[in-house]
Amino acid sequence: MSEFLQHIANTLILGGTYALLGIGLTLIFGIMKVVNFTHGELYTFGAYFVFLVVSVLGLNFLLAIPVAILAGLLLGGVIELLLLRPMRGADIDTTMLVMIGAMIVMQNSEQLVWGGVAKSVSTPFPETPLVIGPVSVSYLRVFVLAMALLLIAATYILINRTKLGKAVRATFQDRDTASLMGVNVQAIYTATFAIGSSLAAAAGALLGPAYVISPHMGDIASLKAFAIVILGGLGNITGATIGGFILALAEELGAGYVSSGYRDAMGFLIIIAVLLIKPTGLFARAERIG
Amino acid sequence: MRRFVPYIVVLFLACVPLWLGDPYILNAFITTGIFTIGAMSLNLLLGYTGQLSLGHVAFFGIGAYVSALTSLGFDVELFERFHVVHEPWPVVYGFVLAIVFAGLCGYLVGKLSFRVRGAYFVIVTISFAEVVRLVALNWVDLTQGPLALTNIPPFTLGLPGIGYVNVYGKIGNYYLVLGVGVIAYIVIKHLVESRIGRAMVALKENESVAVSVGINVTRYLVLAAVVSAAIAGASGSLYAHYLRIIDPDIFLFLYTVTMVIMVITGGKGTLAGPVVGGALFGATPVIVRSFAAPEVQWILYGAFMIAIIFVLPQGIVPALERWLARAPAKAERIAPQPSVSAE
Repeated sequence: MSEFLQHIANTLILGGTYALLGIGLTLIFGIMKVVNFTHGELYTFGAYFVFLVVSVLGLNFLLAIPVAILAGLLLGGVIELLLLRPMRGADIDTTMLVMIGAMIVMQNSEQLVWGGVAKSVSTPFPETPLVIGPVSVSYLRVFVLAMALLLIAATYILINRTKLGKAVRATFQDRDTASLMGVNVQAIYTATFAIGSSLAAAAGALLGPAYVISPHMGDIASLKAFAIVILGGLGNITGATIGGFILALAEELGAGYVSSGYRDAMGFLIIIAVLLIKPTGLFARAERIG
Repeated sequence: MRRFVPYIVVLFLACVPLWLGDPYILNAFITTGIFTIGAMSLNLLLGYTGQLSLGHVAFFGIGAYVSALTSLGFDVELFERFHVVHEPWPVVYGFVLAIVFAGLCGYLVGKLSFRVRGAYFVIVTISFAEVVRLVALNWVDLTQGPLALTNIPPFTLGLPGIGYVNVYGKIGNYYLVLGVGVIAYIVIKHLVESRIGRAMVALKENESVAVSVGINVTRYLVLAAVVSAAIAGASGSLYAHYLRIIDPDIFLFLYTVTMVIMVITGGKGTLAGPVVGGALFGATPVIVRSFAAPEVQWILYGAFMIAIIFVLPQGIVPALERWLARAPAKAERIAPQPSVSAE
C-alpha cells in the first residue's frame, strides 16, 4: 500500500510537467494542425537554458525558470516566422517534413554546443526529502509540481479569459471570419506557436533539473507529448491536462509493477490503443486532422 | 535515350571497385547503398501511396535482427515454460526469413494503422518503431539488449546440397548490395508501373475518387506496406551481415530520418529519386568530413532538407526532368509518373 501511495505521489509530480508539455502541443498540433517535431527540442532547450543560467552564469535557480520560459517563447516565435509562415497553406505532410529538418538542426546544435555528456543542475532546495507518512518526495519535485500547476492555470486563463485567448480561439475556429472582425490572423499564428513552445520549454526547465539534461532528451518528450494530445483529444486543453496525468500514471504503474525497462513504452502503447479504438481521443469533440 | 540511364548507372557502379582502392570510400558506397535500398522501399509508401511512414526503420531493424538471430542461433525461455532453442542456420536462410518476417510485420502494421490517416498514421508508425526498439533493448535473453549481437557471420550465398560461399570483405559486399539494389529497383518499377501502381497513385491523388471507381483502398495500401517492409527487411539483413554487429540503436528515429531525407531531396514518387538522394546523402560525409564534425554534418542535412522543400518541393529528379523537358507549364503539379520509362 505504501508503495502504491509513493507511485501516486510520483505520478502527480511527473503528470504536472507532462500536462504542460501536452497543453503546449495541443495548441500547436491540435489547433494549428502543425505536426511539430521541434516540441521536444524546445523542451531540451528549456532544460539547457536553466543549466546555462544556473551553472554557467551562476545566477539564481528561481530566476532561471522564468527566463527559460521567455527564451522558449522567443525561439518558438522565430521558428514560426522563419519556417511556418512561408509554408502557410502547404499540406500537413510538407510542414511536418520542414519541422523534422528543424528538429535535426536544433538537436545537433545542442549536441555541438553542450557535448554529448549529460549535465545536471544544482538547485537551492535541501537534499533531504520531504516525508509525509509513507511517502517521501524531494522539495525540488514539490516545487516542480507547484510551478506546473501554476503555469497550467495561467494558460487556462490566457486562452479562456483574455482578449488574446479569444482571438486565438476565433482564428482557429474560422480564420476568415476572425480576419474580417479585425483579428491580425498572422500574428495570432505566431503567438500561438510561441505560447505552445514556451510551455514545452517550461516543462524542460522544470523537469531537467529533477533528472539529467542531455541532447537527446527531446526525442522521447516529443513522442510523449503526441501521446498526451491524442489521448486528450486534439486541441482540448482540459483533455491534455488529464492526459498528462494519465500517461504519468501508466508509466509509474508500468515501471513499478511490470518492468522498468518498458516505462517509455507506455506512451506508445497508449497512442496505438487510443487511435485504434477511439481515434478522437478520450475527451474529444469530433475533429479530424490530415 | 533516357531509358538507358539506369543501365549506364548500373554499369558505372559495377566498375567502381575495379579502380577504387580506398577502403573508406568503398565502405561509404556500401552503407549508402544499403540505406538507399531502404529509402527506395520507403518511397513506395511515401511517394506512391502518399502515406508518410516514419516508423520505417522498424522493418529495417527487424530484418537485421531476424537475419542475425537465424544465423547465430538462440536459446530463450518463453513465459517461463517453453524452452526454445534454435541452432545456427546458413545466412541465406536468414536473409529470406528477414524478408518474410519484415513483410509479415508490414502486413500487421498496415492492417492496423491504415485505419487512420495523415498525422495520426505518422504517429502510429513512429510508436510502433519505438515499441520494437524497447523490446530489442529489454528482451536481453534473445537480443543481448544494449550489449549488442556480436560475431554475426558474413553473408553466404548458395543452396543446400550444392554448398555455400562466404561473402567476405568490402568488394564482395559491394556487389552483393548492388545486386540486391538492382533487384529491389526492378521489383518496385514493375509494381508501380502495373495496375496496382496506378491504383496507388490514384489513392494518393484523391482517395474518395479512387474509392468511387472501385479501388479497394485498404487492400492496396496494405500491399504497398508489405512490399515496402519486405525490401526494408532485406536491406536490414545486408546491414547486419556487413557490419557484423547490431544493437537496439538500429531502431533510432534518426535512421528513418536518413531515409526520409534521401527520398524527399531526390524526389518522392519517382523511381530515380531515392537513388539520387541516397548518392547525395552518401557523398556529403566523404566530402565534408575533413572540416565538419558529425553534428555539423547533421545540421547541414537538416538545413538542406528544409531548403529543398522550400525551393524544389518535388525534389531534385522531377526538377531535373522538367528542366530537360523544358516544359515549365507542367511545373505546378507534376504527377508522380514512373519517370524512367515515361515515353
